[in-house]
Amino acid sequence: MTGSARGDRSIEVDGLTRRFGTFTAVDAISFDVAQGEVFGFLGANGAGKTTAIRMLIGLLAPTAGSARVAGYDVATQAEMVKRNIGYMSQRFSLYEDLTVRENITLYGGIYGLSDEAIEKRTAELVDRLDLRDDVDTRVKSIPLGWKQKLAFSVAVLHDPKVVFLDEPTGGVDPITRRQFWELIYTTAAAGTTVFVTTHYMDEAEYCDRVSIMVDGRIVALGTPSELKAQYEARTIDDVFVRLARAGNAA
Amino acid sequence: MITPRKRMRRPPSTLGAFVTKELHHILRDRQTLAILLLMPLVQVLLFGYALRTDIRDLRVAVVDPTPDVATQRLRTRLAATARFRLVTVSPTTKVLPELFQRRTADVAIVLPTSFASTLGRGDTAQVLLVTDASDPNTGTTMQVYVRSVLADFERELEGARPRAGAPIIGIASRMRFNPTLESANLFVPGLIALVLTLVSALMTAISLSREKELGTLEVLLVSPLRPWQIIVGKVVPYLVLGFAITCLVLTAARIAFHVPLRGSVTLLLAESVLFTIVSLSLGVLVAARTSSQRAAMLGALVGTMMPTALLSGMIFPITSMPGWLQPVTRIVPARWFIVIARGIMLKGIGIEYLWRETAVLAGMALLLLVAATRSFHAHLD
Repeated sequence: MTGSARGDRSIEVDGLTRRFGTFTAVDAISFDVAQGEVFGFLGANGAGKTTAIRMLIGLLAPTAGSARVAGYDVATQAEMVKRNIGYMSQRFSLYEDLTVRENITLYGGIYGLSDEAIEKRTAELVDRLDLRDDVDTRVKSIPLGWKQKLAFSVAVLHDPKVVFLDEPTGGVDPITRRQFWELIYTTAAAGTTVFVTTHYMDEAEYCDRVSIMVDGRIVALGTPSELKAQYEARTIDDVFVRLARAGNAA
Repeated sequence: MITPRKRMRRPPSTLGAFVTKELHHILRDRQTLAILLLMPLVQVLLFGYALRTDIRDLRVAVVDPTPDVATQRLRTRLAATARFRLVTVSPTTKVLPELFQRRTADVAIVLPTSFASTLGRGDTAQVLLVTDASDPNTGTTMQVYVRSVLADFERELEGARPRAGAPIIGIASRMRFNPTLESANLFVPGLIALVLTLVSALMTAISLSREKELGTLEVLLVSPLRPWQIIVGKVVPYLVLGFAITCLVLTAARIAFHVPLRGSVTLLLAESVLFTIVSLSLGVLVAARTSSQRAAMLGALVGTMMPTALLSGMIFPITSMPGWLQPVTRIVPARWFIVIARGIMLKGIGIEYLWRETAVLAGMALLLLVAATRSFHAHLD
């Protein structure tokens, strides 16, 4: 498998494994994500989600297996992977002592957008987020919910093929989370694949498909309704709790 | 291993955007910036006054066993010198130990018996200078002052000199408490080294580990920026800041203390930049190997500031360190920089005499830059 992305597959993971010494954090996981899909990547803390993501975004080399993101191999073409993805970490990724505009300009510049493009995107972005009056305000003094929407918008500023969101909605109110998911849908509808981890199981219901990771393995994968049917559960939360408990008991 | 198949040309704005952001950080953190700019000035003043090379109110004791016209003239002359204060005139040297121990006199001039008649015969009159050299720097300076007054006195006698050839007054001097004197007026080169280490190593380590702590570094690493670009973006602003502070220290030292700059300013500044690069790389190394701002700060203090202050020869001469310690100082970058800065500033020498030290610094810079980039890359997982 060389060359560009095969058809509509944005992420192709095959037997991806990462060991730290004798501990296997990620144990031969395999899955595909289609272009424009909103893919929920669930798992309890310590299940190996973060390690898996770090491999997919080119920060960590796999011990075994392979993964292609946006058509590029994460192990051998990490630079090309980085150029074609966006990333929003669970820790806040904007600079608090810079203004909204400066943050946008910084990331636009890093991803190689031209000055005109940056100016145009900034205008669109503050318009969409209703941040017109705060464009020259330092990020530290705008509310958390807006910061997160801004962080997301900055992560997709360069129109990446795939955007990775690592617990993007931690600590915000339900209304803001709702608005955040609207942004996610808009982005996915425009063709960007969204790969998202979350602790909120109601959010998992918003995803096109979800995978549930327990102890380094993917134990369930499917659309939310498929999973609920399969495990005879009312909500994804129930599915998750049952699987996570089984994993812990093992 | 990262082996990009195809290298795309990235517009220069990639790195530019990053440097701009770093400048914003520095300029917005006014408190830190004020400290960074003011501290060197305060240090120049403190060091300058603590190691003052021009001494006022020098307390002079004269031992004059046989007062006569000549000794009287010399004493008047000493008393008339603005810097001197004649504290006591005694017929015997017996009082001297106590005078020095009580610190009531800084320098004693022991005149020979029958001073006037010796001078009258045209013989050399032997004068003994005893100086409190518990602080060797002031000790030397005090001796220089007294010698210059004696030299003036000698010139005054020149006209009445019956026999040419022999010196009129032979001066023997004795430095009490510290017979091996180290030269003074060396604090500014050392201070530049210290301040540059502080700005470059400490500040870079803190700023880089802050991004690590906040998680923004992760976002940068996921971006198309390469590790070396992140490092360059991080260090360039501090390089500029370090350069500005070097100029500030030099100007302040010149205005306040008339510290000489005999050699090439360009060479000195170029060498400062080289030394800054070494320090910056050390800062990056420290940040890469620590996981919190606090640890990075401690690491930078212990790993760079302390060696610079203690092992560079800035304060404690390397030649008076124990034998096993002397080779250790060779790995301290500031040691080489201080030799260079002193050479340029005080001796006015150029690269022809300093290429060896410069080569050592350049080697260190290269080695540390590679190590820092590698370490930075390896320690992020």
